[in-house]
Amino acid sequence: MTFSTELEAKFARLLASYPPGRQRSAMIPMLMFAQDELGCVSAELVNEVARRIGVTPVQVEEVLTYYSMLHRKPLGKAHVQVCTNISCLLTGGAELWEQACSRLGIGHKEVLPDGSISLEEVECIGACSWAPAIQVNYQFHHFVTPEKLDRLLASLRNENPHAV
Amino acid sequence: MLYNEPSPLEIKVLTRRFGLPNSAHIDTYLATDGYKALRKALEMTPKDIIEEVKVSNLRGRGGAGFPVGMKWSFVPRDSPKPKYIVVNADESEPGTCKDRLLMEFDPHQLIEGMLIGALAVDAHAGYIYIRGEYRYLIDILDKAIAEAYERGYLGRNILGTGFHFDAYTHTGAGAYECGEESALLESLEGKRGVPRIRPPFPAVVGAFQCPTILNNVESFCAVPPIIRDGGKAFADLGVPKAGGTKLTCLSGHINKPGVYELPLGFPVDKMIQEVGGGIRGGKKLKAFIPGGSSCPVLTAAECEGLTMDYDAMAARKTMLGSGGVVIMDQDTDMVKAALRIMRFYAHESCGWCIPCREGTAWLRKILQRFSDGLGVRGDINLIGELAKNMLGRTFCPLGDAAALPTISIVEKFRDEFEAYLTRQPPPSRAEEPLRVIA
Repeated sequence: MTFSTELEAKFARLLASYPPGRQRSAMIPMLMFAQDELGCVSAELVNEVARRIGVTPVQVEEVLTYYSMLHRKPLGKAHVQVCTNISCLLTGGAELWEQACSRLGIGHKEVLPDGSISLEEVECIGACSWAPAIQVNYQFHHFVTPEKLDRLLASLRNENPHAV
Repeated sequence: MLYNEPSPLEIKVLTRRFGLPNSAHIDTYLATDGYKALRKALEMTPKDIIEEVKVSNLRGRGGAGFPVGMKWSFVPRDSPKPKYIVVNADESEPGTCKDRLLMEFDPHQLIEGMLIGALAVDAHAGYIYIRGEYRYLIDILDKAIAEAYERGYLGRNILGTGFHFDAYTHTGAGAYECGEESALLESLEGKRGVPRIRPPFPAVVGAFQCPTILNNVESFCAVPPIIRDGGKAFADLGVPKAGGTKLTCLSGHINKPGVYELPLGFPVDKMIQEVGGGIRGGKKLKAFIPGGSSCPVLTAAECEGLTMDYDAMAARKTMLGSGGVVIMDQDTDMVKAALRIMRFYAHESCGWCIPCREGTAWLRKILQRFSDGLGVRGDINLIGELAKNMLGRTFCPLGDAAALPTISIVEKFRDEFEAYLTRQPPPSRAEEPLRVIA
C-alpha cells in the first residue's frame, strides 16, 4: 500500500518514537493519521499497519473496534459531531442535535447520499465552557446557535440556506 | 485569541502567559522566565526536586487529587529499567476543558514540567497522550517540541549538562476510559484501553512495564513555577493541605462561562456570583457539579459556605475532581440530567468489569424509560440500589464515576422522580412492552 510522502514521514517518525520492540505503540496513531488521508480504516489498511508494526491483522482489528474515532466505513467529507453531554445539554446541545438531524434527514453515524456530510452525536469534546459545541472534522465551533448551525450546514452543503 | 475574558479575581500562575502575543512560541516563553526552572533543577539533586514538589502541596489535577511529590517519590530510581514520563492529556471528563488551553497557549511550560520530572526520576523519554479530538494541539505541541530541540532544551546533552531527554506526542482515538491512568498505559502500548490491576502502580510498573511518572497536564504545568519560585510560595496560594491554584472550568447556566485560575479554597458563592457573573437570567441555583460529571451533585443549600478545596468537598461527600464546574439553574430537569450523564458512562464503559458494563447499561435503560414517562415507582429505589451495587466493585473508577452522581441525584432530587410518575407517556411510546421490572 502506498501513502503520501507526508504520511510516510509521519509513520517513520512514529515508528522511531517508541522503545525498541515496542512498535505496536504506533498502531493507534498510524490508524488515525491514515484514516484522515484515506477516509476510513479499510481491510487493506489493517493489513498494512499490522505488517509494519509486526502484529497480526486480527490484533489490529481487536484494537480498532474499541476506539470511537476509528471508522470502518467512510464518513462524510464533513463529519459533523454534535455534543449533547451535560454542559452542552444545559445550553441547547440536544436541540441542536435534533435540528441537524431534521435539516439533513439523517441520523447518528449516517452519511448523506452524496457523501458531503455525516452526522454523529458525540460525548464530551472538551469545549464545556464554550457550549454548546460542535466539531466538524477536527475544527471546533463554540457557542453554536440554531442560526449558526443552519449557516454552517448550508456552507458545508455548498448550497443556499433555504435548501438545507 | 483567548476563549473568555480573564477575571480580576484570578491568580495567574499557570496561565500567566495566556493572552501574550505568540504565547506558544519559545521566544515568548524564554522572555517570561521560561526554562529558568529547568536550569535551577539541573543544579538540584533529584531528592531536592521531589522535596520541593512535596513542599508545594501540589495535588494531582486530573481528578484524584493524589499528592504529586509523593507519587514521584514512589518511582524506584535505582531500578535498572528505563523510566518514563507520561502526560495525561486525554481530557475527557464532562465539564472539563482546561488542559486544552494550557497546551494551546503555553506548550513549553508543559515540556519544562516533563523535563523536571525526568530529572527527578532519571527518565529519558516522555509521551504526551492527547485525546484524538484535540488534533490541533498535536501540531502546536510538535512545533514546540521541535523548537525545544533546536534550542537545546530537548535531545542529547541538554544545556551542555550531559542530560538527555526526548519528548513525543501520541494521539488517542476517542475513549473516555483512556483518561484512567492504567488504561492510558495500555492504549499507549497499542492495545484496547482496559484498566490494569493495581498494585503494581505505574510508578513501579507503568509505560512499557517500566517505572513511570504519570500526571495530568495541569500537574506538570505547575512544576516549573514551583521549582522557579519555591514550593512554599506555591503552597501559600492555597489552603494548608492543597497548595497553589486550580484551573476551574465554569459551564452550564452561568453568565460568564470560561476557564479561570483560582486559588485553592476559593469560595463557591463568590466563584458563581463574581467570577461567573451569576446564574443566567437571574435564576436561582438548583444543583452544582464541582469537578466533572463523575462527582456527586450538590444542592444549592449544600453549596453555602463551601470552598473549592479537596478536603472541603470531601466533607460534603463529593470531590473537587478535575475542576469542571457545572451550574444547573432552578428549571433544570434532574431526571434528564441523570439520564444524560448515565448515557455517557454506558457508552464509555470499556466492558472489562461486569458491574460497570451491565450496571451502566441497565441504569441507562431504566432512566430512559423513566424520562419517557414509562417509569414505575419501584424504579426510583432500583436506580439507587443498582448504582450502589457498582461502588467499589470495578478495577478502575469508571464504575464509581457512573454510580456516584446517579445516587446523589436520586437521593437529593427524589421529588422530581416522583413527579415523573404522574406524567403520561407520549402516545408513540404508550404501547411499548417495556415494563419488565415491577
